[in-house]
Amino acid sequence: MAEIRFAGYGGQGIIRSGIIVGRAASIYDDKFSTMSQSFGPEARGGACSSQLVVSESKVLYPYLTAAGILVAMSQAGYDKFEPELSEKGLLLYDEDLVKPKASRGNITPFAIPATRFAEQLGKKIVANVVILGFFTAITKVVTYESMKKAIPDSVPEKAIDLNLKAFERGYNFGLEVLKKQKEPQ
Amino acid sequence: MKADPKGVLTGSHTLTGNHACAEGAFAAGCRFLGLYPIVPSLEISERFLERAPEVGATFIQMEDEVSVLAAVLGASWTGKKSMTVTSGPGLSLMMEHLGLGVMLETPCVIVDIQRAGPALGMPGRPAQGDMMQARWGSHGDYEIIALSPSSPQEMFDYTIKAFNLSERYRIPVALMSDAYVAHLKEEIVIPHAEEIEIEPRRYYKGAKDKYLPFKRDKDFVPRMVNIGDGYKFHVTGLTHDDRGYPVMNEECQEYNVHPLVWKVRNYVDEIIEVQEAETEDAEVIIISYGATSRAALKAMEQARKSGIKVGSLRLVTVWPFPEKRVAELAKKVKAFVVPEMNFGQVVLEVERCSYGNANVIFVPHGENGVENTDDLLSAIKQAGQADKVESVIIEFNKGV
Repeated sequence: MAEIRFAGYGGQGIIRSGIIVGRAASIYDDKFSTMSQSFGPEARGGACSSQLVVSESKVLYPYLTAAGILVAMSQAGYDKFEPELSEKGLLLYDEDLVKPKASRGNITPFAIPATRFAEQLGKKIVANVVILGFFTAITKVVTYESMKKAIPDSVPEKAIDLNLKAFERGYNFGLEVLKKQKEPQ
Repeated sequence: MKADPKGVLTGSHTLTGNHACAEGAFAAGCRFLGLYPIVPSLEISERFLERAPEVGATFIQMEDEVSVLAAVLGASWTGKKSMTVTSGPGLSLMMEHLGLGVMLETPCVIVDIQRAGPALGMPGRPAQGDMMQARWGSHGDYEIIALSPSSPQEMFDYTIKAFNLSERYRIPVALMSDAYVAHLKEEIVIPHAEEIEIEPRRYYKGAKDKYLPFKRDKDFVPRMVNIGDGYKFHVTGLTHDDRGYPVMNEECQEYNVHPLVWKVRNYVDEIIEVQEAETEDAEVIIISYGATSRAALKAMEQARKSGIKVGSLRLVTVWPFPEKRVAELAKKVKAFVVPEMNFGQVVLEVERCSYGNANVIFVPHGENGVENTDDLLSAIKQAGQADKVESVIIEFNKGV
């Protein structure tokens, strides 16, 4: 079972990220997933997070009990949810937006300039999909193939190409990071 | 009868509870929505409005919830399956016409996405604080049917079930959900139209001039016609005879109102649905409904692992309350544990139906509204040890 928290601010596609991974897991990977969300009254800018539980069997208790993965796309989101991340958890964050504290326990941090990559691709708004590609490569909670099917389901038709490019960018960056980690220092 | 394929979005989807509810309504044949927008039920209306043109449904936004339910009752009498969606503050305003719906024996569905109250409370916070209101909110003697879903799939399934029950018993049926289930997003599977069983409206088929709108058939339920089809009829909220005309005497009060109660009480075995898990050898049984039953099943799993014999009784139908089953189980178990997202409502029914044979331990509102499994586990442990028959209320002492 994977318990995942996506955190950022409204407008970054934080809830959409939970939806896409949940859809990839439950519709295309034949697992079970449950997503819940919390957001402030603002359409943009307020604190925003989504919780996702992905499991091989039916998800009973739908809130996170011990977050195994935190995907942070804002400093406020990181500050708020870092303490709930379990000691063996994975931390994925946008390195231009989040300055992590000294790491505790056996938490493994993975950094990506997701928003910068998105800007290079032409639209800052796909930063969340860049980080989803990164997430797929690093965590393997969902398969690459399922994500490639779930993304077109969840974005407007004219934006599908851009989103898939963003996904690839993040995914390949993730693979490079993993490769570098394995090389002897 | 099978569902009309026009309203059935067959396939696998990831939907929120609210969107699943709108799809359930379409699948059930609902073609009229009366609404006054309120958080956290908005997405049901939103989805209904978006899909209404292709399904052939219609909707109206009224000036308040009082008139919304009046519109729903009227629409139902024209032959359209009708519903409204609301939350606590709206439900309070609907109580007057809920009574009218019961008195006029009008099939319709009221979806209540419960949020924290009283008054306007906290619109986004899930709660189960309207359970007693759904049962007793309107004045006078009556019975009501209320269902409680715990997942988006059940929001779909039970919306259909609600419509079916309302047609079968000619009664408003409440779907008592909450902000939590409404905003949860999970996979839901919508079957083919021919796999969905729909209860057809019980129509009068005799001669036009012989029609009596409140003449009961053998099943206690009078037959309906559609307004505008040329039948003579009269409806009133006053005590009425078979013709629907007011009659102010004792006999008519008894004749008219007793069946409103007995048409439900005589059929409780058909109406009531519960889901039991591991109750066979259980010493402690968690009785839950809606969102909390998910935490209940999780806690049961964990308690079983640590060797405590725990079972679960989940109320799909909260009203009418499964008195008989709870009374039977009370004789077999040490205690019931009852988690609710409120400060004690359905637990009162559990206590009543235990007749002093089992301890009843209440677990109130958790930190996020939904009970966490730790609170439940500690209640279960307490329940397993208690010998005396007494009701134990776990203190809620997590003040700000």
